[in-house]
Amino acid sequence: MRALLAAVLAFLAPAAAAQQVVGDAIPASLTGQPGDAGRGRAIVANRSVGLCLLCHSGPIAEERFQGDLAPTLAGAGSRWSEGQLRLRIVDGARLNADTIMPPYYRATGLQQVARNFEGKTILSAAQVEDVVAYLATLKD
Amino acid sequence: MKLLRIAFGLVIVFAASWAAARVATDKRRSGHQDMGEALQKMQDDDTANPGMLFVQLGGQFWAKAAGAADKSCADCHGSAATSMKGVAARYPAIPQGAEAPLDLEGRINLCRTENQKAERLPPESRELLALEAYVAHQSRGMPIAPPADPRLGAFRARGAEIYRARQGQLNLSCAICHDDNAGKKLAGVTIPEAHPTGYPIYRLEWQALGSLKRRLRNCLVGIRAEAYAYDAPEYVMLELFLMDRARGMTLESPGVRP
Ligand code: HEC
Ligand code: HEC
Repeated sequence: MRALLAAVLAFLAPAAAAQQVVGDAIPASLTGQPGDAGRGRAIVANRSVGLCLLCHSGPIAEERFQGDLAPTLAGAGSRWSEGQLRLRIVDGARLNADTIMPPYYRATGLQQVARNFEGKTILSAAQVEDVVAYLATLKD
Repeated sequence: MKLLRIAFGLVIVFAASWAAARVATDKRRSGHQDMGEALQKMQDDDTANPGMLFVQLGGQFWAKAAGAADKSCADCHGSAATSMKGVAARYPAIPQGAEAPLDLEGRINLCRTENQKAERLPPESRELLALEAYVAHQSRGMPIAPPADPRLGAFRARGAEIYRARQGQLNLSCAICHDDNAGKKLAGVTIPEAHPTGYPIYRLEWQALGSLKRRLRNCLVGIRAEAYAYDAPEYVMLELFLMDRARGMTLESPGVRP
C-alpha cells in the first residue's frame, strides 16, 4: 500500500517545476526568480535554442530570416501580462488545442521524440523566465 | 441516329472541357516552382544539373555485370530507355510473389540479391543513388501514376496517418507544414508542398545527390523526432501516400533543390 502510494505520488510530481494555471495565465515564476531580458532576447534570436524566429517575426534586426507562420512578437508585452506570456510559452495547447506553437515546457504526451530529447523540455524553467522577461519589454 | 451522334458529340465536348478545367484548377505546386529562377535553370539545363552526372554514372552501373550470377541489369532488362520507362512514375509497388511494397531503391536491391546474387547496396551509396537516378530519369516528363493494386490501400492509409500525426519534441506534423502552411516562410525558407516529383535530388545544402528518404529524415530531425531506421517500412508508406497525393504531376528527376 505504501509502495503504491509512493508510486502514485512520484507519478503526480511533475518532472517540470510546479506551474499553477489561473485563468489563461501562470502568474508565478517557474523558478521563483525573475528572468533576465537580455538572456531572453538571445534565446529568442537563436535558431537552435528558442527556434522562435522560425515561425515568428520580431524586432531583432540582425536576424534577417524570420518566419511568417505566426503573429509578430513585436508588442507582445503590451498585449499580454507576464503570466499570460508564461502560459503561452509553457504549453499553448492548454489555450488552443490546435496550436502549432511547440510546448516549450512540457515533456509528456509527445510521440516519437528523438532519443537525445526524450523526457526533456525544449527550454529549461530558467530559460522560460528569461524569454518571458524579454517579451514583457516588447511594448508597442 | 442523328440525335445520338449529337449527344455523343456533346459528351466529348464536355469531357474535353472538364479535363481542361481540371488542369486549370490544379493548384498543386512542385518544389521546382518554389525555387528561384537560377535554380530552376540549373535543374532544367542538363549540362548544368549536377544530378545528370549521376544519371551517366548509373548508365555505366546498369551495364556492368555484378554478383555471383555475373549479370548486369542490362542482361535482364535490355535498354532502360524502353524497359524502365514509366517505372519510377508508378513506384512504390508490390513485387511479384511479395506482400509488402518496395520503393525504387528497395526494388533495385531486390534485383541485386535475387537476380545478381550480389550484396545489397548501402543506403545513400553512390552506386545505389546513381542507379536510382538512371532509372528515374527514364520517366522524366511523365505523369506520376500510382498503380491500382488494391493491396496498396492499407499501406497508403498508414502513410497518411503518419503524415497527419504530430510527432517529435516540437509536436508538429508533416501536414501542419506541408498542407496548412505551404508557401509560407519558415525562417528564410519557403515551405514546399512536399511533392516527391524530383527524387533523387541534388540538394545544394548537401552538396550531394540524396534520396527521398534522406529528405524525410531531415524533416523528422528538424522537428526533433526519432527518424525511422533506414530499412523501416514507414518511409515506403509515406512515399505511397505522397505519390498518390502527387498523382498526375510531372516527374522531374533528377531534381535540384536548395
Ligand atoms: C512552429 C511555430 C512556432 C514556434 C517555433 C513558436 N511559436 Fe509562438 N506562436 C505560434 C502561433 C501559430 C501562434 C498563434 C497563436 C496560436 O496559434 O496558438 C503563436 C503565439 C505566440 C504568442 C502570443 C502572440 C500574440 O500576440 O497573440 C507569443 C507571445 C509567442 N507565440 C511567443 C513565442 C516564443 C517566445 C517562441 C520561442 C521561444 C515561439 N513563440 C515559438 C507559432 C510558433
Ligand atoms: C516544421 C516544418 C516541417 C515539417 C513538420 C515537415 N517538413 Fe518537410 N520540408 C520543410 C521545409 C522547410 C522543406 C523545404 C526544404 C528545405 O529544408 O530547404 C521541406 C521539404 C520536404 C520535401 C521535399 C519537397 C521537394 O520539393 O523536394 C518533402 C517530400 C517533405 N518535406 C516531406 C515531409 C514529410 C513527409 C514530413 C513528416 C514526416 C515533413 N516533411 C515534415 C518543412 C517541414
